[in-house]
Amino acid sequence: MGYVLISPWVVGFLMFTLGPVLASFGLSFFESDMFSYEFVGLKNYGTLFSFDETRSLFWKSLYNTTYYVFLSLPLVIGTGFLIALLLNQNVTGRSLYRVMYYLPSVIPTIASSIVWLYIFQPESGLINWFLSLVGIEGPQWLSDPKTAKLVFVIMSAWGAGGNMLVFLSGLQSIPTELYEAATIDGAGRWRRFRHITLPMISPTLFFVLVTQIIWSFQIFTNVYVMTERGTSVGWPANSTLMYVLYLYQVAFRQYRMGYASALAWVLFIIILLLTVLIFKSSSAWVYYETEVGGARS
Amino acid sequence: MSAALKALVVSRQSKRWEERLQAIVIHTLLLVGVAIVMIPLAWMLSTSLKPPEQVNQFPPVWIPDPPMWENYVRAVTIFPIPLLIFVRNSLLMGLANVVGAIISNTVVAFSFARLRFPGNKIIFLVMLSTMMLPQQVTMIPLFILFIKLDWINSYKPLIIPSFFGSAYYIFLMRQFYTTIPRELDDAARIDGCGILGLFFRILLPMAKPAIGIMAIFEFTSSWNWFLGPLIYLSKLETLPLAVALSYLRPQYRNMWPELMVVSFIAMLPPLILFFIAQKSYIQGIVITGVKG
Repeated sequence: MGYVLISPWVVGFLMFTLGPVLASFGLSFFESDMFSYEFVGLKNYGTLFSFDETRSLFWKSLYNTTYYVFLSLPLVIGTGFLIALLLNQNVTGRSLYRVMYYLPSVIPTIASSIVWLYIFQPESGLINWFLSLVGIEGPQWLSDPKTAKLVFVIMSAWGAGGNMLVFLSGLQSIPTELYEAATIDGAGRWRRFRHITLPMISPTLFFVLVTQIIWSFQIFTNVYVMTERGTSVGWPANSTLMYVLYLYQVAFRQYRMGYASALAWVLFIIILLLTVLIFKSSSAWVYYETEVGGARS
Repeated sequence: MSAALKALVVSRQSKRWEERLQAIVIHTLLLVGVAIVMIPLAWMLSTSLKPPEQVNQFPPVWIPDPPMWENYVRAVTIFPIPLLIFVRNSLLMGLANVVGAIISNTVVAFSFARLRFPGNKIIFLVMLSTMMLPQQVTMIPLFILFIKLDWINSYKPLIIPSFFGSAYYIFLMRQFYTTIPRELDDAARIDGCGILGLFFRILLPMAKPAIGIMAIFEFTSSWNWFLGPLIYLSKLETLPLAVALSYLRPQYRNMWPELMVVSFIAMLPPLILFFIAQKSYIQGIVITGVKG
């Protein structure tokens, strides 16, 4: 009976997940426009890793994406953690704050992208007006290859509310006795933070880090909406061509399905490797309560 | 008053002052954050009501004078196809996906939570691991599959998969079922309930709050969904609102008040749902740990 009831998921998994995952691996060894299939061996991967930018924008898009991920990651996680720490201090109106901070996460990306596009207008935009108030001449933002990626880094911090919620629930699950005991032992604010809060929150941080990396490597919608010019995306000069944007372009504008499948698999492996790396490193910095000897210093 | 008592009172007072100061600092920081979060939205509302000459004015005008309410009428009728068509498309897609999600996930999660069968735990873990899978890996074969099935340019690829359940909601529902005491199961069995009776008469009615959260999540994510409709639909009049706006945006470049109006309309349904159900909404996110 158990099998019967989970069968919808099993069928869906085979049809919409496992099947396609294997198919895309197979397809990555073919050249295909969906109507003809020609086996080409490793050729797609050869093209992919080529440094010649007329053949492959893989390295370019990987660089752009990595740039975005490594700048936005500390910003998003740091902001989320900081707000959670503040909200954890028994502030009045906590649930109202929580709602306000989470708000950007429920807004459709298309809508927030249009609003941000307006805010980042070089001449009349709000950001450059704020900058001019403190005497800084604002950059050209999305029109300048040097600053275009930063727009998305800044936008990502706006959505830090999701991480904040996860951190806050992690902070609230830390037993207050720990803090009381430490206070009696004469530990100050900083030592309590360093030796209780940090170790106890590290599993949450670990979880947030993994999900955030997986998500931010797949950045697509806001970049697509904000950098589309005619039929090309990733404007200006491919400086905002993110990995999935490149993949989308190859698959659904050029219909090179084999090559696009190779791109998808390489992305999958990159994300997998990063996840494994975090898992491996976790024994050094994530504190598990079952450990003997308590928090390490 | 003795000196010792005096010292005690003074130290208590200074402690109270310290607490008060701390509260002030915390609230100030939090309010600055709230302002940063809210400014883009306030700016959107303000611009949506501006007369043309105030749109690009520098320094910016915050309160439109006079407020142009007719911007709203113009924005929804200016497009070659009335905006309402796209809203309707999004609504229908959202409702269909909600129905699919409720039918499939309540049942599958029940099986994982309550029934014993060999491999239960392992299959559950496999299911959880699919949440980590980047969807790009399945995107291309799925597209080819849907072409073969002649589903392209219809809502079938956007709706039918939700009837097969999704790992995220199955996890959410299972977590909820496990909070329902098992004694209820035993009592129901003694009263002669079979497995299906247990599901339909006991667990399903009790799971209404979780089903509500799932319905809201699914509607919102369907309403906000971009990549799927972008790939599978191409006729303008069949598009859901999110993708339709991305098609229309380049044509209405620099018509900022109109663009702000349509952005506002696009965010209204998710915002309304969020405000109505904020408490359970936030609980749902905390349970699954994944955010929007």
